[in-house]
Amino acid sequence: MFDRRIFLKSSGLALFAGGFLPNVFLRMAEAGTAAGKKTIVAIFQRGAVDGLNVVVPHGEKLYYDARPTIAVPRPGAGDEAAIDLDGFFGLHPAMEPLLPFYRNGLAAFVHAAGSPDATRSHFDAQDFMESGTPGVKTTADGFLSRAVAGRVEGRTSPLRAVSLTPTLPRILSGSAGAVTIPDLERFGVGKRGDPTGDASRLLESLYDRADPPLRATARESFEAMRLVESARAAGGTTENGAEYPPGPFGAALRQIARLIRADVGLEVAFADVGGWDTHAGEGGTTGQLSTRLRAYSAAIAAFARDLGPQLADVTLVTMSEFGRTVRENGNRGTDHGHANAMLVLGGGVRGGRVYGKWPGLDESHLFENRDVAVTTDFRDVFAEILARRLGVRDLDLVFPGYRIDPRKRLGLVA
Amino acid sequence: MMILARRVSERWIAALLALLLALAPGFAGAGDASSPSDALARHVLNRLAFGPRPGDVERVRRIGIEAYVEEQLSPDRIADESVEARLDGFPTLRMTQAQLFDRFERPLKEARRRRKEELARGESEREEEPTEQRLAKLRDLVPPENRPRRILEELSAARVVRAADSRRQLNEVLVDFWLNHFNVDFAKGADRFLLTSFERDVVRPRIWGKFEDLLLATAKSPAMLFYLDNARSVADAEHRPPGFRVLAAARPKAPTGLNENYARELLELHTLGVDGGYSERDVTELARVLTGWSIDRRDGADFVFRPALHDVGAKTVLGRTLAPGGGVEEGEETIRFLARHPSTARHIAWKLCQRFVADDPPPALVERVAKRFLATRGDLRETVREVVTSAEFRDPAFFGEKVKSPFEYAVSGVRALGGSTDGRGLAREIARMGEPLYACAPPTGYPEASAGWLSAGALVARLDFSLALAEGRIPGTRVCSEDVADGAGDGAAVLLAAPEFQKR
Repeated sequence: MFDRRIFLKSSGLALFAGGFLPNVFLRMAEAGTAAGKKTIVAIFQRGAVDGLNVVVPHGEKLYYDARPTIAVPRPGAGDEAAIDLDGFFGLHPAMEPLLPFYRNGLAAFVHAAGSPDATRSHFDAQDFMESGTPGVKTTADGFLSRAVAGRVEGRTSPLRAVSLTPTLPRILSGSAGAVTIPDLERFGVGKRGDPTGDASRLLESLYDRADPPLRATARESFEAMRLVESARAAGGTTENGAEYPPGPFGAALRQIARLIRADVGLEVAFADVGGWDTHAGEGGTTGQLSTRLRAYSAAIAAFARDLGPQLADVTLVTMSEFGRTVRENGNRGTDHGHANAMLVLGGGVRGGRVYGKWPGLDESHLFENRDVAVTTDFRDVFAEILARRLGVRDLDLVFPGYRIDPRKRLGLVA
Repeated sequence: MMILARRVSERWIAALLALLLALAPGFAGAGDASSPSDALARHVLNRLAFGPRPGDVERVRRIGIEAYVEEQLSPDRIADESVEARLDGFPTLRMTQAQLFDRFERPLKEARRRRKEELARGESEREEEPTEQRLAKLRDLVPPENRPRRILEELSAARVVRAADSRRQLNEVLVDFWLNHFNVDFAKGADRFLLTSFERDVVRPRIWGKFEDLLLATAKSPAMLFYLDNARSVADAEHRPPGFRVLAAARPKAPTGLNENYARELLELHTLGVDGGYSERDVTELARVLTGWSIDRRDGADFVFRPALHDVGAKTVLGRTLAPGGGVEEGEETIRFLARHPSTARHIAWKLCQRFVADDPPPALVERVAKRFLATRGDLRETVREVVTSAEFRDPAFFGEKVKSPFEYAVSGVRALGGSTDGRGLAREIARMGEPLYACAPPTGYPEASAGWLSAGALVARLDFSLALAEGRIPGTRVCSEDVADGAGDGAAVLLAAPEFQKR
């Protein structure tokens, strides 16, 4: 049903051809290490990815009517077509690297998910999603920070929350003490391999007299530095023949895998990836979005493969600030929209399904006559994952002002 | 390195700090105890300049704070030949858009054409690979001196050199502010050869004039037209002028309708602000007003208005109705109207106050500055003057309260150590600390508030940089710490790494 040759070439996942995974993954269900060692990996697709071309509603004629030049063709329409997921939805063919995980029940999608706030500003929508309080601009911290900080545990690791970005993202700002590590190899001060050297000690003592917030930041920095040094010492090879595509996103996921393998106490990791703001020349099965999706999917597939059986302890979830207009615009692209599709992959996921209530694309069901309506609040997706996987109990603290209704639970993680 | 060899104690650091402050009072941030006039002079230099150089604090105190502020508010009257002369080392800075096109864009286009021909002839195999790799391969076909990366390197290095050495310090601070306000990303397609002219011909000549002139110039700049896609926005089917069909038929991939990207950011980021009182409908209507504002790419890149692609229907933006049949003038009028809007005054005032005074600026000050903006029809010199001569600006409660951006941190470090830089290595360090110049992808620009810059981990990169700078390990950058006194090399590292020096 798909072109096997291109698949082998593009994904570098020869073993997975035909939708089969190595046995290590299939043992995952029973595996799972000691409780309390779970990791959530959150990915932000900045710029608003076009969810309608990621998980394609090929069962809707209106989708094809609205997108004369950029629709992804129905499954079976030759090489360059959507890959059927459930008879109604199909995966963009560039995302084939993720297909084996979906077919083997390790990955799921949630469609028509998003933030209820109507803003189409990238900045505001990202801000609302990361703060976890749509419509409220005064929230000081990010919801992943609150999720981690609110966990009542004994000793916690200085690397419990890590962002693979040069600066701290909104989603992890707050009292969790998240550390930003843009590059694991270069994370340190002065001479490498000498985290307890004189230079470090001098600088550390310098910050003993800093004002309290800065002093705390410095202490977290130095503790993180020592732990990263030990993780580096554990070596940096990838496992199971995983091949990450070039580029910063693959590099970020590779480093997250390394931290997980080094067992540094990582509870939440964050990475972001841009290039989704496809106002012009978005393309269908080929073109800008396709190119991005190919590298993006290859990176996530490599990450999963790299972790091997340890993927049982790791749940990866993706988000993007909003979706894009149902109708293509005048430049073979799409403008800012509303609902989107999220990917959930890894440990505990009841995969092989597209979750969420599909609102339909006929005009009476569109949001403001142009966009896919939101039927699943992104907070419900995260609430379930945080509760089931990290054991976060106080969800009111994570999402203040939002009542998590157990009846709306999707049941997407075990 | 002495710093690594020595046993370190708190007392030693305290002694070293005292020694260095005695030697060079202009060195430190605002945290040390010295006379009130010193503290104010340092504050002024931290905010209107990229921090003090040795001797600057004394100079400001000697000529007086007011005189210094006035001097900086009229940069045209400050001689700055030595820095101008050093910019000769960056030849791309002086090239016209057409020259930049010939030198850096044409070779890439030709390489692409050759590659297509090879593929067509079947001489090389078509491969499925990500854009990055495909582009990298294309780049390899272009001689190094013709690669656009050189433009970026020279732009970034020149910004660093000017920030470090220009005597028109406030001018450079404001260039940083406005380039961030009107952010354009080098990485977006054609912008790689359009940014040079954007900074030189659009932004720099207008930051002391009327806001509406600056705004309109950015709206007509090929750099912005390309970055936010307006160059491709054309009338929707129901509002097309008679000639439209012909043009569209001539080019099968020609745009066929609206692109609202620029219109939205024009309202949200450049003028009214996200809470400035516009609706989704205003965004679409404004996009219609700006259809046909595009780029003439025959000879490099120039602004062009294409009447044949312009929406000819009636439009209503923020309650202002525009009669059917308008041309380029309805866009110009609307942009001037937006520039003079009270929400724009508040938005610009708030951003300037946040830059110069505090992350969370006093509302009364913002209100006064906005009033001044409106009263002077958006005179930017007068608006900035209102901010920096305010009582709030001088309030010691705000001294040293702003965290430096990586650009400010790196440049202020070189200045504090009386150093010199060719800008290149330093620009790379700034990128590593999280602020690659000219390469902020989202239209929002880099954050201004302190929280955006200082966190665990980000601090590690800064401390690592401070050691590298003090130890002279940054290529093309020299600091004079070894001239100050025995042991001052260590002292330099201590000063740059100090908590106080993270702030301005």
